[in-house]
Amino acid sequence: MSTDPNKLAFNDGWQYAPAPESTDHVKIDDQYELFIGGEFVAPEEGRYFESINPATEETLSSVALASSADVDRAVKAARKAYNGAWSKMKAADRAKYIYRIARILQERAREFSVIESLDGGKPIRESRDIDVPLAAAHFFYYAGWADKLEYAFPGRKPEPLGVAGQIIPWNFPLLMAAWKIAPALACGNTVVLKPAETTPLTALKLAEVIRDAGLPPGVVNIVTGAGETGAAIVNHEDVDKIAFTGSTEVGRLIQRSIAGTGKKYTLELGGKAANIIFADAAIDQAVEGIVNGIFFNQGHVCCAGSRLIVQESVADEVVRKLKDRMETLIIGDPLDKNTDIGAINSAAQLETIESYLRLGQEEGAEMHQSSCAVPERGYWCRPTIFTGVSQSNRIVQEEIFGPVLAIQTFRTLEEGLTKANNTPYGLSGGVWTDKGAKIFKMTQGLRAGVIWANTFNKFDPTSPFGGYKESGVGREGGLHGLGAYLRLEE
Amino acid sequence: MTMTGSTARVPVAKTYKIYIDGKFPRTESGRFFTLEDKDGNVLANICRGSRKDFRNAVVAARKAFPGWSAASAYLRGQILYRIAEMLEGRKEQFVAELHLQGQSKRRAQKEVDAAIDRLIYYAGWSDKYQQVFSAVNPVSSSHFNFSVLEPTGVVSVLSPDDSGLLGLVSNIAPVIVGGNTCVVLASTKMPLCAVSFAEVLHASDVPAGVVNILTGYREELTGQFATHMDVNAIIVCDDDAQVAKDVQYQAADNIKRVIQRSDTDWSKEAAQNPYLIKDTQETKTTWHPIGS
Amino acid sequence: MTLAAVPSTRQLPDLGRVALVDEVGVKERAARFQTRSIKKESKIEALKMILSMIDLTTLEGMDTPGKVQQLCQKAIHLHDAMPDLPHVAAVCVYPTMVGVAKKALGTHDIKVASVATAFPSGMAPRQIKLEETRIAVEDGADEIDMVISRGAFLQGEYAFVFDEIAAIKEACGAAHLKVILETGELGTLDRVRRASVLAMHAGADFIKTSTGKIQPAATLPVTLVMLQAIRDFYYETGRMIGMKPAGGISTAKLAVHYLVMLRETLGNAWMTPEWYRFGASSLANDVLMQLQKQATGIYQSPDYFSKD
Repeated sequence: MSTDPNKLAFNDGWQYAPAPESTDHVKIDDQYELFIGGEFVAPEEGRYFESINPATEETLSSVALASSADVDRAVKAARKAYNGAWSKMKAADRAKYIYRIARILQERAREFSVIESLDGGKPIRESRDIDVPLAAAHFFYYAGWADKLEYAFPGRKPEPLGVAGQIIPWNFPLLMAAWKIAPALACGNTVVLKPAETTPLTALKLAEVIRDAGLPPGVVNIVTGAGETGAAIVNHEDVDKIAFTGSTEVGRLIQRSIAGTGKKYTLELGGKAANIIFADAAIDQAVEGIVNGIFFNQGHVCCAGSRLIVQESVADEVVRKLKDRMETLIIGDPLDKNTDIGAINSAAQLETIESYLRLGQEEGAEMHQSSCAVPERGYWCRPTIFTGVSQSNRIVQEEIFGPVLAIQTFRTLEEGLTKANNTPYGLSGGVWTDKGAKIFKMTQGLRAGVIWANTFNKFDPTSPFGGYKESGVGREGGLHGLGAYLRLEE
Repeated sequence: MTMTGSTARVPVAKTYKIYIDGKFPRTESGRFFTLEDKDGNVLANICRGSRKDFRNAVVAARKAFPGWSAASAYLRGQILYRIAEMLEGRKEQFVAELHLQGQSKRRAQKEVDAAIDRLIYYAGWSDKYQQVFSAVNPVSSSHFNFSVLEPTGVVSVLSPDDSGLLGLVSNIAPVIVGGNTCVVLASTKMPLCAVSFAEVLHASDVPAGVVNILTGYREELTGQFATHMDVNAIIVCDDDAQVAKDVQYQAADNIKRVIQRSDTDWSKEAAQNPYLIKDTQETKTTWHPIGS
Repeated sequence: MTLAAVPSTRQLPDLGRVALVDEVGVKERAARFQTRSIKKESKIEALKMILSMIDLTTLEGMDTPGKVQQLCQKAIHLHDAMPDLPHVAAVCVYPTMVGVAKKALGTHDIKVASVATAFPSGMAPRQIKLEETRIAVEDGADEIDMVISRGAFLQGEYAFVFDEIAAIKEACGAAHLKVILETGELGTLDRVRRASVLAMHAGADFIKTSTGKIQPAATLPVTLVMLQAIRDFYYETGRMIGMKPAGGISTAKLAVHYLVMLRETLGNAWMTPEWYRFGASSLANDVLMQLQKQATGIYQSPDYFSKD
């Protein structure tokens, strides 16, 4: 790569002073119990685990560890509520309860944003501007479907399934809870949900909201724990449907576990999306799209654009502008309003990312990182790009789940498509070109469930999301997200 | 005047105005008609709206249309939900007004509850009707072809004369949730709630001009509602076949879309459905090549 | 601050190769700058920087020598109650007022910028525009703010627009040339980018968004596109070009967002009055109020700040 003359200087001169979000109005209890049957109850085996702040490594709270007995209690409570109040309720009344959840979330938005950032490490700007508003919007959207289901399925009389067991990841804790709970409730089901073990707090606060909203006890149950708790939910006989978002590896285990049980399931798994930039793209906006695609939320995004595939004639320009843009990204305290990139969610995840950084260099790729300062305590990874890689590099094939981008070039549209599709994953993809016909040709050819043209990482409750191939099965969001929670057979 | 020394508080009577462009003017004609209860007591002096009021209202509705139709479906849904919240908070006033106009308290209560729930129903459609009624069309040439709904524009509404609130709300909600703006003629027999409903709209972040509400005599105003060249559609809720025929005839000047809703029991669930939204939507189909 | 005039490349660039701009993407990026939270010492530093970058402006048909003298008085004495304030970069007036301004400013290190070329419309024969420029420079203008011929530009007569800028640049002599694109009339961001590239190659020392006489004037998205054009020109030629958003920036809060955008697009070298100006009139007082609030912790009233 040529050395660039005429360099821009970003690091000296005027700096931004710390701009901390205030936390004195936020309440986190020292200890949280399980939310079963409309109340917070102690775990039967009396065991707890800690949730820590990945930016400071300090303990935030002690959270109950649900055993299989606790999971059984929760499923029983969900079944009781399903057979009782919830299935007897008019659909329009179900809707009103879900609207209440949305409204209360809006009222308490700032508190939720702060807790989300403390627990998971994502910048307050993200949780405040994206996670929490979107979560409320998902409840609003699905509330509206509750009494309108017959319009979504012509020729069918939709019925709920029963009890849904839901397991969600740590990258968008509250938002993933909304994605799961809202459609399940709208369709008349009841829920047992397990948040990720590193980010249980906003799900527990959501339990408070659900209780305050007056939902009948047992309609939503929150059981906290790790892999074993999740397995107990998956394997429970009286769960009718499993919804899982997480790694492909665990998704495979789940599919095997429930084989032959008749349980319905949706899996939203990993990805290694290609972000494809043509020479006739609006380059400056495409660079922003790259940054959006892989660096925000610390790259902890299943649909992250973790492979850049750029047409060779503009590759140098794109990489140069990308490096300049990386220099203006601020890594730091998630609660600082100027932070762009927060903490890596856990020590384990940081170790995974760092092992890939070592691997990439061992494989002979050239690594470049931004030069920003990082705090001393906590888990941090600077935005990183690798050049000099190709399809056969492991860092190009495997999901890293961090702010690490692998960059390749292509020459023809067909080559770009081939490279993009040459992966067992198929969750998402990006296409950047000013030419409309080319967009549609690319979207036609890309084997991915969500394709962003001249944009990236856009989410909306009305827009279906989910993957092809090993990125999972089923769709969440939009009209298409309803079917997974309904019995539609004649 | 009583000599018992009563110190009962002297109430303040409400003046019932009309609602145009986010403001509450009196009719520019200065005319009024008297609304009486069944015993002949004067309830209120109601504005007898004129064609100039209607003209001004259409101007306001047209001005409000670009902004309202460009608002996101999510925002429109939020606003409709807010209208429901505001109406719920002022239930007692509406029950009292319906009762004054001759309805039993029990029926009035049911009607107001139904009106609130209807608003919530349509709020929930705001970001969904597009998904139900749009289509991607599998044309045989190499083109991406899609059909979407778009609001038709300014809609004039002759709301049901025999309903004090529910009929009004049942016809406004599907029109505005779909992105249209409207000018509405309230029931002549029972106009009080329509004016109070305007106050609810005003408190709910509904932009000025999106809904305009007039009171007056139907015979005087129907012709205006039907003939105005800058109105795109008219909804006529009148069981009189001659009225409906006249409206359809007069509306032909600019090929206004005519939506007739007669003999409708607004209290039934069948009276709410997304096809009422579709009634005031156009369909736009776009083609674009697929290729390099 | 030195304002050495640098010769232009003098060659009409291939405008077919100018970068494409996606409007939605630009607006999203611009919106992100507005969520930066600038507080405490970085806010004070920004506010002072803004003051030093202001071209205090009066461009009214009803301007008189008295008005201009008052403006210059304000330029020199922004708010004497606050010590250690920087002075504004320049005053900006019509050519007939240049002499008045020059005299009123005396030996203070505040530049006199003059609009020229039949500002704001630009609808006059070239000869008149050149003459007007020469007169302004003779009367003592340090900087000339010219307008491009938008009609010709929209018709695709790029050579005409290019030659005009080059000719005015020559007539400027030692004076600095700012080229006003009047982005509100250009319609699309693609055209803004193209006009920026054309102006820089033709000899502009600064590119400027607007005359301030029509809406919209300066906006964050338009300014971002121009900053990106400046950046690409710098990558290509090594030459720095200045930026001046003008019109519609009346609050300190918004001006701080402009500085954030500047810093994160071009970096530190541009963060001085030599390379960045704000075309504004009422902005100064809002900045002063914010500075006073930072110093005392108390929200201020406009009554306490002179309005000239």
